[in-house]
Amino acid sequence: MMRPETEAELADMVKAAAGPLRIVGGGTRPIGAPVAGAGLSVAGLSGVELYEPGALTLVARAGTPLAEIEAVLAAEGQRLAFEPMDHRRLLGTEGVPTIGGVVAGNVSGPRRIQAGACRDALIGVRFVDGRGDVIKNGGRVMKNVTGYDLVKLMAGSWGTLGVLSQVGFKVLPRPAAVAVIVLHGLDDETAVRALSAALASPYEVSGAAHASDGPGGGAQTLIRIEGFVESVAYRAGRLQALLAGFGQSTVEGDPERAAALWRWVRDVEGFAGQPGDVWRISLKPSDGPRVVAALEAEGVVYDWGGGLIWARVAAGRDIRPALAGIAGHATLIRASAETRTKVAVFAPEPAPLAAIARGLRAQFDPRGILNPGLMG
Amino acid sequence: MDMPTPDATVMAKKDQVVRRLMSVLPKGAVIHDPAETRAYECDALTAYRCPPLAAVLPGSTQEVSQVLRICHEEGVPVVPRGSGTSLAGGALPTADSVILGVSRLTGVLETDYENRFIRVQSGRTNLSVTGAVEEDGFFYAPDPSSQLACAIAGNIAMNSGGAHCLKYGVTTNNLMGVTLVLMDGTVVEIGGAHLDAGGLDYLGLICGSEGQLGVVTEATLRILPKPEGARPVLIGFDSNEVAGACVSDIIRAGVLPVAIEFMDRPCIRATEAFAKAGYPDCEALLIVEVEGSPAEIDEQLGLISQIARRHNPVELRESGSDEESARIWLGRKSAFGAMGQINDYMCLDGTIPVSSLPHVLKRIEEMSRDYGLDVANVFHAGDGNMHPLILFDANKPGDLERCEALGADILKLCVEVGGCLTGEHGVGIEKRDLMAVQFDPVDIEAQLRVKDVFDPAWLLNPAKVFPLAMTAARRAA
Repeated sequence: MMRPETEAELADMVKAAAGPLRIVGGGTRPIGAPVAGAGLSVAGLSGVELYEPGALTLVARAGTPLAEIEAVLAAEGQRLAFEPMDHRRLLGTEGVPTIGGVVAGNVSGPRRIQAGACRDALIGVRFVDGRGDVIKNGGRVMKNVTGYDLVKLMAGSWGTLGVLSQVGFKVLPRPAAVAVIVLHGLDDETAVRALSAALASPYEVSGAAHASDGPGGGAQTLIRIEGFVESVAYRAGRLQALLAGFGQSTVEGDPERAAALWRWVRDVEGFAGQPGDVWRISLKPSDGPRVVAALEAEGVVYDWGGGLIWARVAAGRDIRPALAGIAGHATLIRASAETRTKVAVFAPEPAPLAAIARGLRAQFDPRGILNPGLMG
Repeated sequence: MDMPTPDATVMAKKDQVVRRLMSVLPKGAVIHDPAETRAYECDALTAYRCPPLAAVLPGSTQEVSQVLRICHEEGVPVVPRGSGTSLAGGALPTADSVILGVSRLTGVLETDYENRFIRVQSGRTNLSVTGAVEEDGFFYAPDPSSQLACAIAGNIAMNSGGAHCLKYGVTTNNLMGVTLVLMDGTVVEIGGAHLDAGGLDYLGLICGSEGQLGVVTEATLRILPKPEGARPVLIGFDSNEVAGACVSDIIRAGVLPVAIEFMDRPCIRATEAFAKAGYPDCEALLIVEVEGSPAEIDEQLGLISQIARRHNPVELRESGSDEESARIWLGRKSAFGAMGQINDYMCLDGTIPVSSLPHVLKRIEEMSRDYGLDVANVFHAGDGNMHPLILFDANKPGDLERCEALGADILKLCVEVGGCLTGEHGVGIEKRDLMAVQFDPVDIEAQLRVKDVFDPAWLLNPAKVFPLAMTAARRAA
């Protein structure tokens, strides 16, 4: 495994590469079609380079452990608002998740519906392209429209367009209080309607999830609000009243227990150690229950107000036929290497978009050495 | 301002191009009489003008596709145009170009409150998107100052912001999908009513690409439930440093206001003379607005006022009613109009790290003295997006050039302290030649390669964004 300690070393290694490279951060997210290539780890590029709490901005080297960044932010009462998922339990991996890996996968959690995805918080990148050139885009300010937005393009490109060396974020204050409204016993369709009603209210919902086999057993529909103490109490009351027609609700106001509930949703803990493949489906929330009915899934978790569905299904199957006629996409997150070779991990694209993807890869990585084939 | 020499071959076949365009568009949708094309000779950067070869106003995605296919076949450059409110010259034509205006594409295609999105045609104005949903308690968050006139197409091209982006983000954070027509006429759907890309994030790339990668004809936009209410507090300070420190302290305290606006003394005086909003005559003025229920607003304004008092403000006025809120906002909202009363002005748009605010304001004051041109500052302080207004006299020979030189120096300063050339207006032609200040050649080359993929013939808005010398070979090929 090559392990550069500086951006310049990283550039030299890419430039000198004689064949395909398999790029890793902490190695905790083995997602995508299997890549055959020489290992290249960016974990050696580590450390927070700039943090200005008064400007809500942080810049770090790509190999910085996510936990280190979260600790630095927490010390100033701030956080990454997009609530990145930890894939280790779901995927059965070990290692130290890095911030570069989070960006490469555009990894976002339940708060995505309110605060945006990783790509929305990302304000700057430096990366090494397939030629070995160091390229920068964006910067350290949160409003920046200077030139094309390659920052967004790099987020979620899984190391196929460049190897990230540095990433910059807009961060947000960590709220003083949290409350989770829990509705019990709803069927999927009713639950998604309840989540929609909550999200259409002015009470600033920061999490909206549902599982028929929830974290406390039985069907649970979870709605999270965060903020100053009195404001959270007020909004929790208003939301309970608003949702009264959907059934009985309870409120979880203990910060630790609330955090545990959302960790369960964020990391799809209910699927950890359970058999089968795991798919991640992004669609219009109201289409969710219909798709789920067609999936023949062994387990389902709805997040993002119903717009994100985690489905555990029998191994080796392509579920995409169940999405026929539905706008959205499905990604195969957990499956054997054999299945990930056989079944497209990322949704196949219509011809003109596939041509653009090929064109972009040819421009950024003309030798085809950066995680080749990972995204299809 | 250099623009490429018009392509003589294209100029010579105007009649043929016009005839072909007329064959696919309804009567009146092709404008080619020189007396009429003049209406499209500039956008809101009025210092630069050039009538186009022709202008077309298609009424559907299909018609846009046919127009682009014809222009592609004929090798004619196309300049997409929203409402023509660009302050950066993003819609400035060249004499050999066809202006593709989206002003007939104004419809609402779908409104979905359950899934919280609206799908509109791209010529619809920003404010009328909110107008279509506000009776039902929703709004579209990005709110550029030109929102009454500016089109969603232009908002997407420039990734427009507004006063409220500290909380709600800019266009790219509120855009869910587009129908995009490529230069060869191919229609592609990107994104939609679901969140996040299934593959590469083309949507993020399209937004802010200044009409150089494709023409957006339809857009799916995220709509949000309106907050229960909003109220500002006005805080005046004797020094810019202290005002800057106060902004930083408010943010560090965990409050996330929807807007933190900043005005300096020249701006306060000018707006006071014009709008008589009752602002104090002080060095720096902050308007901080928060949202929520009446009690939530009181709590947040209380906290902000408490922080502000530690910095010894010369004035602190919490709004307690809609009427008081309107008075506090009155001066800020008339700032640009007030400047226009005094003089011609040029509005800059650089962003700086918030921590550099006092230093940058001091340097701008020095430069203003050196150039002998007044500069008033009004800007979004929470995100560091500055709008220095340079006052000049367009009738005085040499004044515009001096103003542009001062503007360039101010933008270079923004980059020097770690910021950027443009926070929400876009590069256009205005900042095109400054790109090399912010980017190394290799950074720019990476962006040019993206355009090579979407528009290999370099026909879409080709003379914008990048220094002409860096694109000459590609445009000529």
